[in-house]
Order: sequence, then C-alpha cells, then structure tokens
Amino acid sequence: MGDTVFEVAPGWAFVAVALLGGLIYLGAVINGLLATRATGRAPSAALRWPVAEAARLLRQRRRSTVSADSLLWRIGGAGMLIVAALKIAVIPLGQWTLFDFDAGLVWFNAMDTLVWALIWLVGWGGNSAHALVGGYRFLALAVAYELPLMFALIATAVGAESLNVGSIVAAQADLWFVVWMPVAFLIYSVGAVAFSVWGPFASALAPDIAGGATTELSGVDRLLFFAGRYGVLVAGAAFAVALFFGGGFGPLLPEWAWFLVKTVLVLAAFIWAGRKLPLIRPEQFMEVGWVLLIPAGIVQDLVVALVVVNR
Amino acid sequence: MTVIGDILFWLVGAVAVLSGAAVFWVNSMARATYALAISFVAVGLQLLLLDQAYLGIITILMMVMEMAVMAVYMIMYMGMNPALMPMSMVHDKRLSRAIAIATFGLLAAGIVLTPWPSGSPLQVDDVTLALGEALMGSKMLAMIVLSPVMVATIVAGVSLSLPRGRYDRYGDDLQRRRADDPQPGGVGR
Repeated sequence: MGDTVFEVAPGWAFVAVALLGGLIYLGAVINGLLATRATGRAPSAALRWPVAEAARLLRQRRRSTVSADSLLWRIGGAGMLIVAALKIAVIPLGQWTLFDFDAGLVWFNAMDTLVWALIWLVGWGGNSAHALVGGYRFLALAVAYELPLMFALIATAVGAESLNVGSIVAAQADLWFVVWMPVAFLIYSVGAVAFSVWGPFASALAPDIAGGATTELSGVDRLLFFAGRYGVLVAGAAFAVALFFGGGFGPLLPEWAWFLVKTVLVLAAFIWAGRKLPLIRPEQFMEVGWVLLIPAGIVQDLVVALVVVNR
Repeated sequence: MTVIGDILFWLVGAVAVLSGAAVFWVNSMARATYALAISFVAVGLQLLLLDQAYLGIITILMMVMEMAVMAVYMIMYMGMNPALMPMSMVHDKRLSRAIAIATFGLLAAGIVLTPWPSGSPLQVDDVTLALGEALMGSKMLAMIVLSPVMVATIVAGVSLSLPRGRYDRYGDDLQRRRADDPQPGGVGR
C-alpha cells in the first residue's frame, strides 16, 4: 500500500465524477481554442461551444436505423463515460484515492481494453456499413498499440516495485519516472491518445467513412459518447501524471493542486499533438507498433530492471 | 468473507452462469460474443472477491480483449453473411447435447471426487503467491517445459499459415533490397 495515499469514503466518488466532468469541459474548451486559433474565429466561441453542443444534442431527437441492435449500441455509447470514471478511481489526487487497489496499474489497463469492446459495439449496433468499418478499424489499431502500452506500463511498475498507483507515485519522490523512462512515457502517450480515439489514431471516426463508428449516433447517445471520449483522454492524462510526472509532488502548492495543474498541462499537450499530427492508417501503424514500439518498450523495461536490481 | 461478500459472490456467480447460457439463447453473433465476455468478467469479479486482485483483473483484461477479437473472427468465419443477420447459436443439437452432458458429468465428477482440504484455511498475507505455489510449486518443471513448447507451437502455426514467406518478399535468393509487399508497412521496409 502507498504510504502517502489513503482511501477516502465512497461518497467522494461524486466529487471525483464532478471533477472528471469539469476536466472534460476543459478539454473540449482547449480543443475549441485551438480550433478557433486555426480558423481565426473569436476565442470566446470556444467557451460557449461545448455547452451549446451539449444543449443541441440533448434536445435532438434520437435517430434510429433499420434493425439496429439498440442494446449493444447503447452500451457502447454510454460505456466510454463509465470507463473513464472507473479509470480515475485508482488515480490518487494528491494524497486521496477512491480505490487504493494493489493491482491499480492492471486495473487501469483492463479498463482501456474495455474501449476495444465499446468502440466496436458502437460501430456494430447501428447496423450501418460505415460505422462497422470504423469499429473494425479501431480493433486493428488496438492490436497495434495495446502491447507496446503494456510494456510501457510494466516499466513504471518495475521502477516502483509495485502495481499500486500510490506506491508508483511515492517512488518518484526524488526523481520523476519521465526523466529516466522517457521511451516508456512516449509509448504510453501513444497508447493514451490511441485508446481515446484521438488525433492520429481517430481513423475509426474519420471523415472518409462519414464519421465511422459514430456515423449513426445522435442525440444523447452522441453526447455521451463524445463526452466519454474526452473523459478517457482526461483519465489518460491524469494517469500519465501519476506514472511519469510524480503525481502531486511539487513546491508551495498543495498536492491535489499540483496534480490538477499537471493533468491539465498533459491533457492540453495530448489535445494539441493530436490536432497537429496526421491521421495514421491502422495497417501501417501495425508495423510501427510491433517492429518499433514493442522492442523499444522491452529495451526500456530491461534498462529499468537493471537499474532496480543494481540500486 | 463477510455476509455481504458471500451474497455478492453468489450473485456474480449467477450472472456468470446465466450470461454463459445466454450465449446460446441470443440470436446474434455479436450478442453471443459479448454475453460470453460478461460471463468472464463475472468470473474475474469472483476472483476479486476472493482477494486475488491481480488474477481477477488480468482475467477481465484478457477476456475482454479476446472477446473483442473473437467477435471479428466469429462474424468472418460464419461466411455468406448470416452472421450479420439474426441466426440460431445452436447447431447439430443431438451431438451438442451429448457432448455438453458428458462434459458436465466429467467436470462435476472431478469436483465431487477431489479430496478438498477440510477445516478453515490458514490466514496468508499474499494469497496470489500462495495460490501460485499451490498450483505450480511441485510442477514447476512441467510449467517451464510448457512455455517453450507453446511458443514453438505459435511460431510453427504462424509459419505454416503464412500466405507469403520471405522468398516471396525478398526474392528466391533473398537478395531483394526492399520487400515486395502488396501492402506497404509503416516503417518503410
């Protein structure tokens, strides 16, 4: 168990979800600000846009398709937000955590494999060809990014000699893991952006297949899905702070404040990089993942293991 | 375990069995696959309730991944696209029933005839370690032999099923500089 982290009462889960909601809004605003800068519109539109879009989707009547598998479709659409909430359960906010779990790192990893199922279910449920193509694209991409991601996660667990996220944060009191595990951090970032179907890894939702998995999503389903996508990205950024940027460690400010500041910075970096990088075709990324990233991750794990054995 | 833990354990067990049965009740490949996924997740939760934190979570992780990939293969191999339409999940009913009853009998006999330890178990700090030693401690040699055999099987299977080998890619004398691939890969080979 982490000696600097203690578990809070379950009621705080509501606060955690509210915080997640706030960060989702912030993520949408950051994305909007980058969009307004790119198109030369007034930046104030970015503040208004997430609220206006949410209001529009809440009022929109839900569209349905012929013989849609509504059950699976709804599970896929609403699931992303639930996965995001389950992910943040094991991430310590400074010294508080909702779930001080011995295998917290594996918990987070298990939650991001749920995204495999959810994106495919969204693609399948609507009984639409473009949406199904999007679902298959995500699975192809997932096979390419998930294994490197696992090797990146292993590096931090070996470095801290624990699977508990609190202990991993505590092990960075002297030196952040990003300093001596830069390759693991890069691979983790690729994975985090990819499981959020963001930026170069958004081919499952690409315009060339009319929005892919989300082609037929409308109304509240669409709102939940896209809010959940930002939520998963927020969880990915927060987990990067816990694994690589020393969690709440920092001078002057309290731990929770440092944690939030770092999370927002990493989130902004993910969103910015996602907008700058071109879309990657899944079949091309397969080779990048297996020929470059997996060996790089294994070498990183080996280096970390040698350091841990010899210290 | 506490009373609430016991009740949860049985509830999750019921979910595992019922969603396992749902695999054969539903009429779509996608629903059958994800019913099986729910069954496995329930088993993973049972392991969590037994304090097997790592094993429980890794079961959920592996099974959700496997089911997501399995759905692709189920639909692909069902061919002629009935997989995209409602279809029965039960085939060759008489033989299936015989196999199911025989398998159930075998497993149930195994459970009933196993000499389970009696009395309350000793308290151990690390149940995952204890389980690992109980399962593998005396059979480590078999486990060590098993893993290279499994890897060899995977390599052999892949190389047997490979549609295009290195001679197709690099020419008969393996002298071609760049591989001749119908689809270029991402690292420019």
